[in-house]
Amino acid sequence: MAIFAPWVAPYSYETQDTLKTLTFPNFEHWMGTDRLGRDLFSRMIYGARVSLFVGIFTTVFALLIGTIYGAISAYAGGRTDNLMMGVVDVVFALPDLLMIILITVLMGRGVTGVFLALTLVSWVTVARLVRGEVLRIKEFPFVQAARALGASPTRILAREIFPNILGILVVTLSFRVPVAILAESTLSFIGLGIAPPFSSWGSLANDGWTAIKFYPHLILFPSLAIFLTILSFNFLGEGLREVLDPRTSKAHE
Amino acid sequence: MLRFIIRRILLAIPVLITVATLTFLIMHWVPGGPFDTDKILPPEIIANIEAKYHLDKPLPMQYLLYMKQLLQGDLGPSYKYLGRDVTDIILDTFPVSFTLGLCAVWVVLGLGIPAGMISAYWKDSLLDRSVLLLAGMSISVPSFVLGAVSVWIFSHQWHLLPPALWEGPRHILLPAFALGAGFSGYIARLTRTTMLDVLASDYIRTARAKGLTEPIILFKHVLKNSVYPIVSVMGPLTAGLVTGSFVIEYIFSIPGMGRFFITAVTNRDYPLIMGVTLVYAVLIVVANMVVDMLYGWLDPRVTLK
Repeated sequence: MAIFAPWVAPYSYETQDTLKTLTFPNFEHWMGTDRLGRDLFSRMIYGARVSLFVGIFTTVFALLIGTIYGAISAYAGGRTDNLMMGVVDVVFALPDLLMIILITVLMGRGVTGVFLALTLVSWVTVARLVRGEVLRIKEFPFVQAARALGASPTRILAREIFPNILGILVVTLSFRVPVAILAESTLSFIGLGIAPPFSSWGSLANDGWTAIKFYPHLILFPSLAIFLTILSFNFLGEGLREVLDPRTSKAHE
Repeated sequence: MLRFIIRRILLAIPVLITVATLTFLIMHWVPGGPFDTDKILPPEIIANIEAKYHLDKPLPMQYLLYMKQLLQGDLGPSYKYLGRDVTDIILDTFPVSFTLGLCAVWVVLGLGIPAGMISAYWKDSLLDRSVLLLAGMSISVPSFVLGAVSVWIFSHQWHLLPPALWEGPRHILLPAFALGAGFSGYIARLTRTTMLDVLASDYIRTARAKGLTEPIILFKHVLKNSVYPIVSVMGPLTAGLVTGSFVIEYIFSIPGMGRFFITAVTNRDYPLIMGVTLVYAVLIVVANMVVDMLYGWLDPRVTLK
Protein backbone atom coordinates (compact mmCIF):
# COMPACT_ATOMS: atom_id res chain seq x y z
CA MET A 1 0.00 0.00 0.00
CA ALA A 2 2.67 2.43 1.09
CA ILE A 3 4.93 1.71 -1.88
CA PHE A 4 2.18 2.26 -4.41
CA ALA A 5 0.92 5.39 -2.70
CA PRO A 6 0.68 7.58 -5.83
CA TRP A 7 -1.61 5.06 -7.51
CA VAL A 8 -3.66 4.02 -4.50
CA ALA A 9 -4.39 7.40 -3.00
CA PRO A 10 -7.56 8.92 -4.37
CA TYR A 11 -6.28 12.48 -4.00
CA SER A 12 -2.85 14.10 -3.92
CA TYR A 13 -1.49 14.71 -0.44
CA GLU A 14 -1.33 18.43 -1.02
CA THR A 15 -4.54 19.02 -2.95
CA GLN A 16 -6.66 21.43 -1.00
CA ASP A 17 -10.39 21.50 -1.39
CA THR A 18 -11.16 24.71 0.41
CA LEU A 19 -14.90 24.20 0.13
CA LYS A 20 -14.72 20.97 2.07
CA THR A 21 -12.54 21.74 5.07
CA LEU A 22 -12.86 19.68 8.24
CA THR A 23 -15.48 17.27 6.95
CA PHE A 24 -16.28 14.09 8.82
CA PRO A 25 -15.71 10.73 7.14
CA ASN A 26 -18.03 10.28 4.17
CA PHE A 27 -18.13 8.40 0.87
CA GLU A 28 -16.09 10.93 -1.03
CA HIS A 29 -13.41 11.30 1.64
CA TRP A 30 -13.23 8.01 3.58
CA MET A 31 -11.53 9.52 6.58
CA GLY A 32 -12.76 13.08 6.17
CA THR A 33 -10.64 16.12 5.40
CA ASP A 34 -8.38 18.32 7.49
CA ARG A 35 -8.33 22.02 8.23
CA LEU A 36 -7.04 22.83 4.75
CA GLY A 37 -9.43 20.50 2.96
CA ARG A 38 -6.87 17.81 2.28
CA ASP A 39 -8.10 14.23 2.04
CA LEU A 40 -7.01 12.43 5.20
CA PHE A 41 -7.08 8.97 3.64
CA SER A 42 -4.60 10.03 0.96
CA ARG A 43 -2.42 11.74 3.52
CA MET A 44 -2.49 8.60 5.64
CA ILE A 45 -1.22 6.52 2.74
CA TYR A 46 1.61 8.95 2.04
CA GLY A 47 2.27 9.13 5.78
CA ALA A 48 2.58 5.36 5.85
CA ARG A 49 5.46 5.69 3.41
CA VAL A 50 7.40 7.93 5.76
CA SER A 51 6.55 6.04 8.94
CA LEU A 52 7.29 2.60 7.56
CA PHE A 53 10.36 3.72 5.63
CA VAL A 54 11.89 5.30 8.71
CA GLY A 55 10.88 2.36 10.90
CA ILE A 56 12.21 -0.39 8.68
CA PHE A 57 15.31 1.22 7.22
CA THR A 58 16.67 2.62 10.47
CA THR A 59 16.31 -0.80 12.01
CA VAL A 60 18.02 -2.54 9.12
CA PHE A 61 20.91 -0.09 9.21
CA ALA A 62 21.19 -0.23 12.99
CA LEU A 63 21.21 -4.01 12.75
CA LEU A 64 23.91 -3.97 10.10
CA ILE A 65 26.21 -1.63 12.00
CA GLY A 66 25.49 -3.27 15.34
CA THR A 67 26.13 -6.78 14.03
CA ILE A 68 29.45 -5.95 12.41
CA TYR A 69 30.59 -3.89 15.38
CA GLY A 70 29.49 -6.44 17.97
CA ALA A 71 30.97 -9.37 16.08
CA ILE A 72 34.35 -7.68 15.63
CA SER A 73 34.42 -6.62 19.25
CA ALA A 74 33.61 -10.09 20.54
CA TYR A 75 35.96 -11.84 18.18
CA ALA A 76 38.89 -9.51 18.75
CA GLY A 77 38.57 -9.73 22.53
CA GLY A 78 41.05 -8.23 24.96
CA ARG A 79 41.78 -4.54 24.91
CA THR A 80 40.02 -3.89 21.58
CA ASP A 81 36.88 -5.43 22.99
CA ASN A 82 37.08 -3.33 26.15
CA LEU A 83 37.56 -0.15 24.19
CA MET A 84 34.81 -0.89 21.68
CA MET A 85 32.36 -1.81 24.41
CA GLY A 86 33.33 1.29 26.38
CA VAL A 87 32.08 3.37 23.47
CA VAL A 88 28.87 1.35 23.42
CA ASP A 89 28.40 1.82 27.18
CA VAL A 90 28.68 5.58 26.86
CA VAL A 91 26.25 5.79 23.92
CA PHE A 92 23.92 3.41 25.72
CA ALA A 93 23.82 5.59 28.81
CA LEU A 94 22.76 8.67 26.84
CA PRO A 95 19.04 9.32 27.00
CA ASP A 96 17.69 8.10 23.63
CA LEU A 97 14.99 10.58 22.77
CA LEU A 98 17.10 13.53 23.91
CA MET A 99 19.95 12.50 21.66
CA ILE A 100 17.57 11.92 18.75
CA ILE A 101 16.14 15.41 19.22
CA LEU A 102 19.58 16.98 19.42
CA ILE A 103 20.77 15.18 16.30
CA THR A 104 17.66 16.16 14.34
CA VAL A 105 18.28 19.74 15.41
CA LEU A 106 21.70 19.40 13.82
CA MET A 107 20.74 17.44 10.71
CA GLY A 108 17.54 19.24 9.92
CA ARG A 109 14.03 17.94 10.32
CA GLY A 110 13.80 16.00 7.10
CA VAL A 111 13.40 12.27 6.66
CA THR A 112 17.19 11.87 6.45
CA GLY A 113 17.77 13.70 9.72
CA VAL A 114 15.30 11.59 11.62
CA PHE A 115 16.62 8.46 9.94
CA LEU A 116 20.24 9.18 10.87
CA ALA A 117 19.38 10.19 14.41
CA LEU A 118 17.43 7.01 15.05
CA THR A 119 20.15 4.83 13.54
CA LEU A 120 22.85 6.50 15.60
CA VAL A 121 21.18 5.73 18.90
CA SER A 122 19.78 2.28 18.18
CA TRP A 123 22.77 0.36 16.85
CA VAL A 124 24.30 -0.01 20.33
CA THR A 125 21.55 -2.32 21.58
CA VAL A 126 22.22 -4.63 18.65
CA ALA A 127 25.99 -4.43 19.15
CA ARG A 128 25.63 -5.60 22.75
CA LEU A 129 23.34 -8.44 21.83
CA VAL A 130 25.50 -9.66 18.98
CA ARG A 131 28.65 -9.45 21.06
CA GLY A 132 27.08 -11.65 23.72
CA GLU A 133 25.94 -14.19 21.16
CA VAL A 134 29.26 -14.31 19.34
CA LEU A 135 31.11 -14.78 22.62
CA ARG A 136 28.86 -17.73 23.38
CA ILE A 137 29.09 -19.35 19.97
CA LYS A 138 32.82 -18.74 19.64
CA GLU A 139 33.51 -21.44 22.21
CA PHE A 140 31.48 -24.13 20.45
CA PRO A 141 33.43 -27.10 19.07
CA PHE A 142 32.51 -26.44 15.45
CA VAL A 143 34.02 -22.97 15.59
CA GLN A 144 37.14 -24.31 17.28
CA ALA A 145 37.34 -26.94 14.57
CA ALA A 146 37.12 -24.33 11.83
CA ARG A 147 39.87 -22.36 13.51
CA ALA A 148 42.02 -25.46 13.81
CA LEU A 149 41.57 -26.00 10.09
CA GLY A 150 43.11 -22.59 9.51
CA ALA A 151 40.03 -20.60 8.49
CA SER A 152 40.49 -16.82 8.60
CA PRO A 153 38.60 -14.80 11.24
CA THR A 154 36.45 -13.18 8.55
CA ARG A 155 35.52 -16.59 7.19
CA ILE A 156 34.73 -17.96 10.63
CA LEU A 157 32.54 -14.97 11.46
CA ALA A 158 30.73 -15.02 8.14
CA ARG A 159 30.38 -18.74 7.56
CA GLU A 160 30.34 -20.34 10.99
CA ILE A 161 29.03 -17.78 13.46
CA PHE A 162 26.73 -15.61 11.38
CA PRO A 163 24.29 -18.38 10.39
CA ASN A 164 23.89 -19.18 14.06
CA ILE A 165 22.88 -15.71 15.10
CA LEU A 166 20.65 -15.09 12.09
CA GLY A 167 17.56 -16.26 13.96
CA ILE A 168 18.13 -13.87 16.82
CA LEU A 169 18.79 -11.05 14.37
CA VAL A 170 15.48 -11.63 12.61
CA VAL A 171 13.68 -11.57 15.97
CA THR A 172 15.51 -8.39 16.96
CA LEU A 173 14.57 -6.82 13.65
CA SER A 174 10.87 -7.33 14.20
CA PHE A 175 11.10 -6.03 17.78
CA ARG A 176 13.17 -2.97 16.88
CA VAL A 177 11.00 -1.82 13.97
CA PRO A 178 8.07 -0.87 16.25
CA VAL A 179 10.50 0.90 18.58
CA ALA A 180 11.74 3.01 15.66
CA ILE A 181 8.22 3.70 14.42
CA LEU A 182 7.22 4.74 17.93
CA ALA A 183 10.22 7.04 18.28
CA GLU A 184 9.60 8.68 14.91
CA SER A 185 5.90 9.20 15.54
CA THR A 186 6.54 10.58 19.02
CA LEU A 187 9.11 12.97 17.62
CA SER A 188 6.79 14.10 14.84
CA PHE A 189 3.91 14.40 17.28
CA ILE A 190 5.72 16.91 19.46
CA GLY A 191 6.65 18.80 16.31
CA LEU A 192 10.34 17.95 16.29
CA GLY A 193 10.30 15.20 13.69
CA ILE A 194 9.26 15.14 10.06
CA ALA A 195 8.63 18.69 8.82
CA PRO A 196 5.83 19.80 6.48
CA PRO A 197 4.90 19.44 3.66
CA PHE A 198 5.87 15.83 4.30
CA SER A 199 3.90 14.06 6.92
CA SER A 200 4.16 10.86 8.88
CA TRP A 201 1.44 9.30 10.99
CA GLY A 202 2.92 11.10 13.99
CA SER A 203 2.67 14.56 12.44
CA LEU A 204 -0.84 13.77 11.19
CA ALA A 205 -1.79 12.84 14.74
CA ASN A 206 -0.37 16.16 15.89
CA ASP A 207 -2.48 18.00 13.31
CA GLY A 208 -5.49 16.13 14.62
CA TRP A 209 -4.60 16.84 18.23
CA THR A 210 -5.22 20.56 17.81
CA ALA A 211 -8.80 19.85 16.78
CA ILE A 212 -9.53 16.85 18.99
CA LYS A 213 -12.51 18.35 20.77
CA PHE A 214 -14.69 18.75 17.71
CA TYR A 215 -13.03 16.64 15.02
CA PRO A 216 -11.72 13.55 16.83
CA HIS A 217 -11.53 11.55 13.60
CA LEU A 218 -8.48 13.55 12.53
CA ILE A 219 -6.40 12.09 15.34
CA LEU A 220 -8.24 8.77 15.55
CA PHE A 221 -7.10 7.37 12.20
CA PRO A 222 -3.36 8.17 12.46
CA SER A 223 -3.30 6.92 16.06
CA LEU A 224 -5.04 3.73 15.06
CA ALA A 225 -2.58 3.17 12.21
CA ILE A 226 0.42 3.61 14.51
CA PHE A 227 -1.08 1.39 17.18
CA LEU A 228 -2.01 -1.42 14.79
CA THR A 229 1.37 -1.34 13.05
CA ILE A 230 3.30 -1.51 16.29
CA LEU A 231 0.99 -4.21 17.62
CA SER A 232 1.43 -6.39 14.55
CA PHE A 233 5.22 -6.06 14.57
CA ASN A 234 5.25 -7.01 18.26
CA PHE A 235 3.07 -10.06 17.65
CA LEU A 236 5.23 -11.00 14.67
CA GLY A 237 8.31 -10.70 16.87
CA GLU A 238 6.82 -12.91 19.55
CA GLY A 239 5.85 -15.53 17.02
CA LEU A 240 9.27 -15.47 15.41
CA ARG A 241 10.99 -15.65 18.77
CA GLU A 242 9.22 -18.86 19.64
CA VAL A 243 10.31 -20.43 16.39
CA LEU A 244 13.78 -18.98 15.91
CA ASP A 245 15.31 -18.13 19.26
CA PRO A 246 16.98 -21.14 20.84
CA ARG A 247 17.05 -19.42 24.21
CA THR A 248 13.30 -19.59 24.76
CA SER A 249 12.77 -23.27 25.18
CA LYS A 250 9.34 -24.76 24.96
CA ALA A 251 9.83 -26.47 28.33
CA HIS A 252 9.87 -23.07 29.95
CA GLU A 253 6.34 -22.20 28.99
CA MET B 1 29.72 -2.25 48.53
CA LEU B 2 31.62 1.03 48.89
CA ARG B 3 34.01 -0.01 46.13
CA PHE B 4 31.07 -0.78 43.91
CA ILE B 5 29.56 2.66 44.49
CA ILE B 6 32.87 4.38 43.77
CA ARG B 7 33.31 2.35 40.59
CA ARG B 8 29.85 3.28 39.38
CA ILE B 9 30.43 6.95 40.08
CA LEU B 10 33.73 6.80 38.20
CA LEU B 11 31.93 5.18 35.28
CA ALA B 12 29.26 7.89 35.32
CA ILE B 13 31.77 10.72 34.94
CA PRO B 14 32.86 10.00 31.33
CA VAL B 15 29.21 9.56 30.37
CA LEU B 16 28.27 12.95 31.76
CA ILE B 17 31.30 14.64 30.21
CA THR B 18 30.38 13.10 26.87
CA VAL B 19 26.83 14.37 27.17
CA ALA B 20 28.03 17.86 28.05
CA THR B 21 30.59 17.96 25.24
CA LEU B 22 28.26 16.47 22.65
CA THR B 23 25.44 18.87 23.41
CA PHE B 24 27.87 21.78 23.42
CA LEU B 25 29.30 20.82 20.03
CA ILE B 26 25.93 20.06 18.47
CA MET B 27 24.53 23.38 19.62
CA HIS B 28 27.43 25.24 18.05
CA TRP B 29 27.36 23.32 14.78
CA VAL B 30 23.75 24.10 14.16
CA PRO B 31 23.37 26.74 11.46
CA GLY B 32 21.47 29.83 12.53
CA GLY B 33 21.42 31.33 15.98
CA PRO B 34 18.90 32.35 18.60
CA PHE B 35 19.30 36.01 17.72
CA ASP B 36 18.42 35.64 14.04
CA THR B 37 15.33 37.73 13.69
CA ASP B 38 13.45 39.21 10.76
CA LYS B 39 14.64 42.63 11.80
CA ILE B 40 18.14 43.42 10.64
CA LEU B 41 20.03 44.56 13.70
CA PRO B 42 22.87 47.07 13.52
CA PRO B 43 26.27 45.36 13.80
CA GLU B 44 27.03 47.14 17.09
CA ILE B 45 24.02 45.57 18.78
CA ILE B 46 24.93 42.13 17.49
CA ALA B 47 28.46 42.58 18.76
CA ASN B 48 27.08 43.66 22.11
CA ILE B 49 24.83 40.65 22.42
CA GLU B 50 27.62 38.30 21.40
CA ALA B 51 29.96 39.84 23.93
CA LYS B 52 27.35 39.49 26.65
CA TYR B 53 26.95 35.76 26.06
CA HIS B 54 30.66 35.20 25.27
CA LEU B 55 29.79 34.23 21.70
CA ASP B 56 32.61 36.39 20.36
CA LYS B 57 35.32 34.22 21.87
CA PRO B 58 36.87 31.27 19.99
CA LEU B 59 35.11 27.94 20.38
CA PRO B 60 37.63 26.22 22.70
CA MET B 61 37.45 29.23 25.05
CA GLN B 62 33.66 29.08 25.04
CA TYR B 63 33.84 25.39 25.83
CA LEU B 64 36.21 25.84 28.77
CA LEU B 65 34.12 28.70 30.09
CA TYR B 66 30.99 26.58 29.80
CA MET B 67 32.56 23.61 31.58
CA LYS B 68 33.88 25.86 34.34
CA GLN B 69 30.46 27.36 34.96
CA LEU B 70 28.96 23.89 34.85
CA LEU B 71 31.19 22.68 37.67
CA GLN B 72 29.96 25.60 39.73
CA GLY B 73 26.37 24.54 39.10
CA ASP B 74 25.74 27.52 36.88
CA LEU B 75 24.07 26.58 33.61
CA GLY B 76 24.27 30.05 32.13
CA PRO B 77 21.61 32.59 31.20
CA SER B 78 18.65 31.70 29.02
CA TYR B 79 18.69 33.32 25.59
CA LYS B 80 14.94 33.64 25.30
CA TYR B 81 13.66 34.15 28.83
CA LEU B 82 15.57 37.33 29.45
CA GLY B 83 16.88 37.87 32.93
CA ARG B 84 16.34 34.25 33.94
CA ASP B 85 19.07 31.72 34.53
CA VAL B 86 18.75 28.23 33.17
CA THR B 87 19.38 26.94 36.68
CA ASP B 88 16.35 28.93 37.91
CA ILE B 89 14.11 27.61 35.17
CA ILE B 90 15.16 24.05 35.88
CA LEU B 91 14.65 24.45 39.61
CA ASP B 92 11.15 25.77 38.89
CA THR B 93 10.14 23.07 36.44
CA PHE B 94 11.92 20.02 37.82
CA PRO B 95 9.55 19.45 40.78
CA VAL B 96 6.60 19.37 38.39
CA SER B 97 8.19 16.75 36.16
CA PHE B 98 9.35 14.81 39.19
CA THR B 99 5.85 14.67 40.71
CA LEU B 100 4.43 13.54 37.40
CA GLY B 101 7.10 10.84 37.07
CA LEU B 102 6.56 9.62 40.61
CA CYS B 103 2.79 9.35 40.10
CA ALA B 104 3.44 7.49 36.85
CA VAL B 105 5.67 5.01 38.70
CA TRP B 106 2.77 4.30 41.04
CA VAL B 107 0.51 3.76 38.04
CA VAL B 108 3.06 1.38 36.50
CA LEU B 109 3.51 -0.68 39.65
CA GLY B 110 -0.09 -0.40 40.83
CA LEU B 111 -1.47 -1.71 37.55
CA GLY B 112 1.36 -3.98 36.50
CA ILE B 113 2.12 -6.03 39.59
CA PRO B 114 -1.47 -6.98 40.54
CA ALA B 115 -2.27 -7.79 36.92
CA GLY B 116 0.80 -9.99 36.65
CA MET B 117 0.00 -11.74 39.94
CA ILE B 118 -3.58 -12.46 38.93
CA SER B 119 -2.37 -13.68 35.58
CA ALA B 120 0.21 -16.04 37.06
CA TYR B 121 -2.02 -17.38 39.82
CA TRP B 122 -4.85 -18.30 37.49
CA LYS B 123 -2.57 -19.37 34.68
CA ASP B 124 -4.22 -20.20 31.34
CA SER B 125 -7.61 -19.02 32.56
CA LEU B 126 -9.69 -16.54 30.63
CA LEU B 127 -8.50 -13.88 33.08
CA ASP B 128 -4.86 -14.71 32.35
CA ARG B 129 -5.48 -14.53 28.62
CA SER B 130 -7.17 -11.14 28.85
CA VAL B 131 -4.38 -9.74 31.03
CA LEU B 132 -1.81 -10.94 28.50
CA LEU B 133 -3.77 -9.46 25.62
CA LEU B 134 -4.17 -6.15 27.44
CA ALA B 135 -0.48 -6.11 28.33
CA GLY B 136 0.45 -6.78 24.71
CA MET B 137 -1.80 -3.95 23.60
CA SER B 138 -0.62 -1.47 26.20
CA ILE B 139 2.98 -2.05 25.13
CA SER B 140 2.03 -1.12 21.57
CA VAL B 141 0.17 2.09 22.36
CA PRO B 142 2.24 5.26 22.02
CA SER B 143 1.73 7.40 25.11
CA PHE B 144 0.47 10.33 23.05
CA VAL B 145 -2.29 8.17 21.63
CA LEU B 146 -3.25 7.06 25.12
CA GLY B 147 -3.14 10.67 26.30
CA ALA B 148 -5.26 11.90 23.41
CA VAL B 149 -7.85 9.15 23.80
CA SER B 150 -8.12 9.64 27.56
CA VAL B 151 -8.48 13.40 27.16
CA TRP B 152 -11.19 12.89 24.59
CA ILE B 153 -13.14 10.42 26.73
CA PHE B 154 -12.68 11.85 30.22
CA SER B 155 -12.51 15.54 29.44
CA HIS B 156 -14.35 16.25 26.24
CA GLN B 157 -17.05 13.59 26.39
CA TRP B 158 -17.70 12.96 30.09
CA HIS B 159 -16.32 16.24 31.48
CA LEU B 160 -14.91 14.42 34.48
CA LEU B 161 -11.29 15.56 34.52
CA PRO B 162 -9.51 18.66 33.27
CA PRO B 163 -7.84 18.18 29.86
CA ALA B 164 -4.75 20.23 30.60
CA LEU B 165 -2.69 22.38 32.97
CA TRP B 166 -1.30 21.62 36.38
CA GLU B 167 -3.35 23.02 39.22
CA GLY B 168 -4.11 20.23 41.63
CA PRO B 169 -4.43 16.50 42.21
CA ARG B 170 -7.23 16.23 39.66
CA HIS B 171 -4.82 17.45 37.01
CA ILE B 172 -2.35 14.67 37.72
CA LEU B 173 -4.63 11.68 37.09
CA LEU B 174 -4.84 11.66 33.30
CA PRO B 175 -1.19 12.47 32.52
CA ALA B 176 0.11 9.99 35.08
CA PHE B 177 -2.12 7.30 33.61
CA ALA B 178 -1.14 8.10 30.03
CA LEU B 179 2.54 8.07 30.96
CA GLY B 180 2.48 4.93 33.08
CA ALA B 181 -0.02 2.61 31.44
CA GLY B 182 2.26 1.53 28.61
CA PHE B 183 5.01 0.46 30.96
CA SER B 184 2.61 -1.40 33.22
CA GLY B 185 2.21 -3.91 30.41
CA TYR B 186 5.91 -4.78 30.65
CA ILE B 187 5.70 -5.04 34.42
CA ALA B 188 2.63 -7.26 34.22
CA ARG B 189 4.40 -9.67 31.86
CA LEU B 190 7.55 -9.67 33.94
CA THR B 191 5.65 -10.27 37.17
CA ARG B 192 3.77 -13.13 35.55
CA THR B 193 6.91 -14.86 34.26
CA THR B 194 8.86 -14.60 37.52
CA MET B 195 5.85 -15.55 39.60
CA LEU B 196 5.28 -18.66 37.53
CA ASP B 197 8.90 -19.66 38.21
CA VAL B 198 8.52 -19.01 41.92
CA LEU B 199 5.17 -20.80 42.15
CA ALA B 200 6.75 -23.90 40.65
CA SER B 201 9.68 -23.88 43.07
CA ASP B 202 10.26 -26.33 45.89
CA TYR B 203 9.94 -23.93 48.78
CA ILE B 204 6.45 -22.94 47.71
CA ARG B 205 5.51 -26.61 47.64
CA THR B 206 6.96 -26.92 51.15
CA ALA B 207 4.98 -23.89 52.29
CA ARG B 208 1.81 -25.43 50.90
CA ALA B 209 2.62 -28.74 52.54
CA LYS B 210 3.03 -26.98 55.87
CA GLY B 211 -0.57 -25.94 55.49
CA LEU B 212 -0.03 -22.19 55.21
CA THR B 213 -3.00 -20.30 53.86
CA GLU B 214 -2.92 -19.17 50.25
CA PRO B 215 -2.82 -15.42 50.99
CA ILE B 216 0.22 -15.87 53.26
CA ILE B 217 1.98 -17.97 50.64
CA LEU B 218 1.15 -15.48 47.92
CA PHE B 219 2.09 -12.27 49.63
CA LYS B 220 4.83 -13.41 52.01
CA HIS B 221 6.61 -16.03 49.97
CA VAL B 222 5.80 -15.58 46.32
CA LEU B 223 5.64 -11.82 46.02
CA LYS B 224 8.75 -11.27 48.07
CA ASN B 225 10.74 -13.50 45.77
CA SER B 226 9.25 -12.08 42.60
CA VAL B 227 10.21 -8.45 43.10
CA TYR B 228 13.90 -8.70 42.17
CA PRO B 229 13.48 -8.67 38.39
CA ILE B 230 11.01 -5.80 38.78
CA VAL B 231 13.60 -3.80 40.72
CA SER B 232 16.16 -4.52 38.02
CA VAL B 233 14.02 -2.94 35.29
CA MET B 234 13.32 0.19 37.31
CA GLY B 235 16.42 1.82 35.80
CA PRO B 236 15.32 1.56 32.17
CA LEU B 237 11.80 2.34 33.37
CA THR B 238 12.94 5.65 34.85
CA ALA B 239 14.67 6.51 31.58
CA GLY B 240 11.51 5.64 29.69
CA LEU B 241 9.33 7.74 31.97
CA VAL B 242 11.71 10.67 31.71
CA THR B 243 11.65 10.73 27.92
CA GLY B 244 7.95 9.87 27.87
CA SER B 245 7.26 12.93 29.98
CA PHE B 246 8.20 15.21 27.03
CA VAL B 247 5.18 14.13 25.09
CA ILE B 248 2.84 13.99 28.05
CA GLU B 249 3.80 17.45 29.24
CA TYR B 250 3.30 18.69 25.70
CA ILE B 251 -0.16 17.15 25.41
CA PHE B 252 -1.39 18.29 28.80
CA SER B 253 0.38 21.68 28.76
CA ILE B 254 2.14 20.84 32.00
CA PRO B 255 4.83 23.40 32.92
CA GLY B 256 7.53 20.78 33.42
CA MET B 257 11.06 20.38 32.14
CA GLY B 258 9.98 18.37 29.11
CA ARG B 259 7.77 21.10 27.75
CA PHE B 260 10.44 23.72 28.34
CA PHE B 261 12.84 21.49 26.47
CA ILE B 262 10.59 21.30 23.43
CA THR B 263 10.08 25.07 23.40
CA ALA B 264 13.80 25.56 23.91
CA VAL B 265 14.54 23.40 20.87
CA THR B 266 12.17 25.38 18.68
CA ASN B 267 13.52 28.66 20.10
CA ARG B 268 17.15 27.57 19.73
CA ASP B 269 17.68 28.55 23.34
CA TYR B 270 21.00 26.67 23.53
CA PRO B 271 21.87 27.05 27.21
CA LEU B 272 18.42 25.84 28.18
CA ILE B 273 18.66 22.85 25.82
CA MET B 274 22.05 21.91 27.21
CA GLY B 275 20.93 22.41 30.80
CA VAL B 276 17.86 20.22 30.50
CA THR B 277 19.77 17.54 28.60
CA LEU B 278 22.37 17.39 31.35
CA VAL B 279 19.78 17.21 34.11
CA TYR B 280 18.06 14.33 32.33
CA ALA B 281 21.35 12.52 31.77
CA VAL B 282 22.30 12.87 35.44
CA LEU B 283 18.85 11.68 36.44
CA ILE B 284 19.08 8.54 34.32
CA VAL B 285 22.64 7.74 35.38
CA VAL B 286 21.75 8.18 39.06
CA ALA B 287 18.58 6.11 38.69
CA ASN B 288 20.54 3.25 37.15
CA MET B 289 23.08 3.44 39.93
CA VAL B 290 20.47 3.45 42.70
CA VAL B 291 18.67 0.52 41.09
CA ASP B 292 21.86 -1.52 40.88
CA MET B 293 22.62 -0.85 44.52
CA LEU B 294 19.07 -1.61 45.58
CA TYR B 295 19.26 -4.86 43.67
CA GLY B 296 22.41 -5.93 45.44
CA TRP B 297 20.96 -4.97 48.79
CA LEU B 298 17.65 -6.78 48.27
CA ASP B 299 18.83 -9.97 46.66
CA PRO B 300 21.35 -11.82 48.79
CA ARG B 301 22.36 -13.93 45.80
CA VAL B 302 23.89 -10.93 44.05
CA THR B 303 27.28 -9.76 45.23
CA LEU B 304 28.43 -6.35 44.11
CA LYS B 305 31.92 -6.12 42.77
